[in-house]
Amino acid sequence: MNTLLQLLLDGLSLGAIYALIALGYTLVYGILRLINFAHGDIFMVAAYAALFSALSSLAPADPGATRFAVTLLASMAAAALLGLAIERFCYRPLRGQPRINLLITAVGVSLLLENLSQVLFGANPRVFPELLQGGVAFENGQLKVGQIDVWVLLTAFGLMLALEAFVHRTRAGRAMRAVAHSHETAALVGVPVDKVIALTFAVGSALAAAAAVLYGVKYPQVSPFMGVMPGLKAFVAAVLGGIGNLRGAVLGALLLGLAESLVIGYGGATWKDALAFLILILILVLRPAGLLGKYEAEKV
Amino acid sequence: MNPNLKLILGVLIPALAVQALASLAPDSLSYFVSILALAGINAILAVSLNLVNGITGQFSLGHAGFMAVGAYTSACLSVYAFPGLPGQLAFVLAVLGGGLLAGLAGWLVGLPSLRLRGDYLAIVTLGFGEIIRVLILNMDFLGGARGFIGIPAETSPFWVMLCLAFCVLACVRLMASTHGRAWLAIREDEVAASAVGVDTTRYKVLAFALSAAAAGLAGGLFAHKQAFINPNSFDFMKSVDVVIMVVLGGMGSMSGSLLAAVALTLLPEALRPLAQLTGVDLRMVIYSLALIAMMLSRPAGIMGRKELWQLGWWTKR
Amino acid sequence: MNPVLSVENVTLRFGGLCAVSDFSLTLAKGELAGLIGPNGAGKTTVFNILSGVYQPQEGQVMAMGRSMLGLKPHQICAAGVARSFQNIRLFKSLSVMDNVKTAFHHEGAYSLASALWRRKDAVAGEARFEERANRILSTLELDLRRDEPAGSLPYGEQKKLEIARAVATGCRILLLDEPAAGMNAGESAWLMGCIQTIRREFDLSILLIEHDMKVVMGICERIHVMDHGVKIAEGTPAEIRKDERVIEAYLGTKRT
Repeated sequence: MNTLLQLLLDGLSLGAIYALIALGYTLVYGILRLINFAHGDIFMVAAYAALFSALSSLAPADPGATRFAVTLLASMAAAALLGLAIERFCYRPLRGQPRINLLITAVGVSLLLENLSQVLFGANPRVFPELLQGGVAFENGQLKVGQIDVWVLLTAFGLMLALEAFVHRTRAGRAMRAVAHSHETAALVGVPVDKVIALTFAVGSALAAAAAVLYGVKYPQVSPFMGVMPGLKAFVAAVLGGIGNLRGAVLGALLLGLAESLVIGYGGATWKDALAFLILILILVLRPAGLLGKYEAEKV
Repeated sequence: MNPNLKLILGVLIPALAVQALASLAPDSLSYFVSILALAGINAILAVSLNLVNGITGQFSLGHAGFMAVGAYTSACLSVYAFPGLPGQLAFVLAVLGGGLLAGLAGWLVGLPSLRLRGDYLAIVTLGFGEIIRVLILNMDFLGGARGFIGIPAETSPFWVMLCLAFCVLACVRLMASTHGRAWLAIREDEVAASAVGVDTTRYKVLAFALSAAAAGLAGGLFAHKQAFINPNSFDFMKSVDVVIMVVLGGMGSMSGSLLAAVALTLLPEALRPLAQLTGVDLRMVIYSLALIAMMLSRPAGIMGRKELWQLGWWTKR
Repeated sequence: MNPVLSVENVTLRFGGLCAVSDFSLTLAKGELAGLIGPNGAGKTTVFNILSGVYQPQEGQVMAMGRSMLGLKPHQICAAGVARSFQNIRLFKSLSVMDNVKTAFHHEGAYSLASALWRRKDAVAGEARFEERANRILSTLELDLRRDEPAGSLPYGEQKKLEIARAVATGCRILLLDEPAAGMNAGESAWLMGCIQTIRREFDLSILLIEHDMKVVMGICERIHVMDHGVKIAEGTPAEIRKDERVIEAYLGTKRT
């Protein structure tokens, strides 16, 4: 059904998925001032990892909480490893070089992941296996809430709360915030900067993987270029909220998800992709700091 | 010799030479000639992007968008506005019109975005390219997803070479001038450039607009070569292709961009037998590996920042 | 007599931190003055305000009778105020000559079209740039290195080039940020003479930040002292040497 409430619900669950990806972007940007172009492709690789784990003997065959949880964890672990590898071999060697070199490398990694996946897994989309039982959780005249929507929202928001607790209540989280503020100062007070950066990549990638699993549960199709649009949209969401700001990323993503859902619902489906970019250009022209962020000019 | 005469000859002679060679080539080589023309068009794209990415040091990922503006504008002009005029004249006017509008688009896009931090520009330009593509997809009179057909096939090696030679010579002359130094200063240290009086925003936008105009010319030439265009020819991958050419050739080196453009246009053709053998298109995998490897080992690219004519004993003072 | 540079009650805050508070300073025409203070006192911040990098929340900055507030750095340069940077900001891969020539751009640039068609005014312009650059480089004894890339110069020569480039902007007011940093005794002695020479030859008013007390006491006619973002003293070198607040702020100078 296409009532306003339904569209809002759809937008909310889409936004929640974007939020998980956006958090990964914003974490990495906060700590390295790098737009990790490959982030959307980590999302894609995680989707394939989830597909293969679900099809393997690792996961129970019947759709349900266990199958979902096992696939989710396997996918998050795989993505974290991938993120760590990319940081270690492709980005760390370039630390200290002009920013443009890092950006180009990130584009290169992104292309490599996409095209390698295409070569290895084929260009044709594959069906994402059923992880959860479908069905309706709640229904009235205006709104139909599916079981899947409930799972998506609970998992996404649960992870976001976990991240918030991690970043603000643990030592590791504090170390991350310190390094995001200043590498030199953090190093001076004994924070192992390299390890913290690696951890940030691992966490960001794991969140992208969770997003991939939830995305696969909602839209059961996996293909090599599936990460491009969600990745870019999540980046726009992060900028909308204020890049480097975790709550901003969530806010931006939810707003973007809602806007996208409304645009589709009111007949502008072909514009849904361009919508994100229009929003991006508007923010950068009107308020580059984003909704919750501070625009930092360069230090002289 | 009068510098104007030098410029005109420097542009006409290569163009005539190339056309002569192409005309003399046997029919069996016509495919090869066509690929070379494409290489020339890619070279115009690469040399113009080099002005923004390499010389001014700003990372633009939307070059294909400006190419699209030029291609579609010139196609419209040729088919709707100038059908009555003689073929070559209409073609020249159409391509120039495409370049002009693309340059204007570059100015409009650059003005708000070049005030921002460097990494944002990459995303904004990427976004611009996407918006253009979606706009074209949704415009029926431009053919939408089906594409724009019936463009007069007026592009010849002469015109491609003429345009390329002009772009290269223009670049050379501008780089030897105070404006070239201003662009380089911005790349080297934007804060210092500003402190010595260079209006950095104005110059960044200028480079951006000039580069966009050249991309528009390339788009016009492309449209009148293929006789058919659709939005897929001008997507993000095309922008990335051009970035790869500039990076591999050496950001800041015009001759590097030129050589890389030719090499990377011919390479897929050379790889074609391999692809047919293995059944798999490894072109992009090889490119991306090359890009990463280049950045990790020799970020300066093949030519670094030097020009072909700066190497060797004849340049020692 | 009207001061050529006048900073009045300038305050700059970064969020909750007050970097510069109620700071005032005047520079007379042709004067050579110093701005000193312990590390972190806010001296470079003052320079950043004067050159347009930061906009103060309060106060006024007047140069040659015009307000400099709200102007962008390149506009301030065009108005006649130039600066050198503490951590050298040269155009490393450009030659020494080209570094200096960039400073001529804002005044002497010929049009794009002239450059493209290599018209007479472009050729004449380049010749003028060449001649002016040579003159400045020889005053600073850098002419032998004209074609070398700036990044390959030894440290002391790089600092000289910073100054040469700033002078080349055609400024009336020159702000030098620690020009003697990293120089040995011989080089800083030479620098002292050089600063006085360029003041005379290019008719400049100079304000310099410096930690090397020999240089400061040796050439500055007037010294302003800052600590923790606030001005604590002002006077002739003799007066400053005896000023209790200054001695206290420093707790012993680095070199005398």
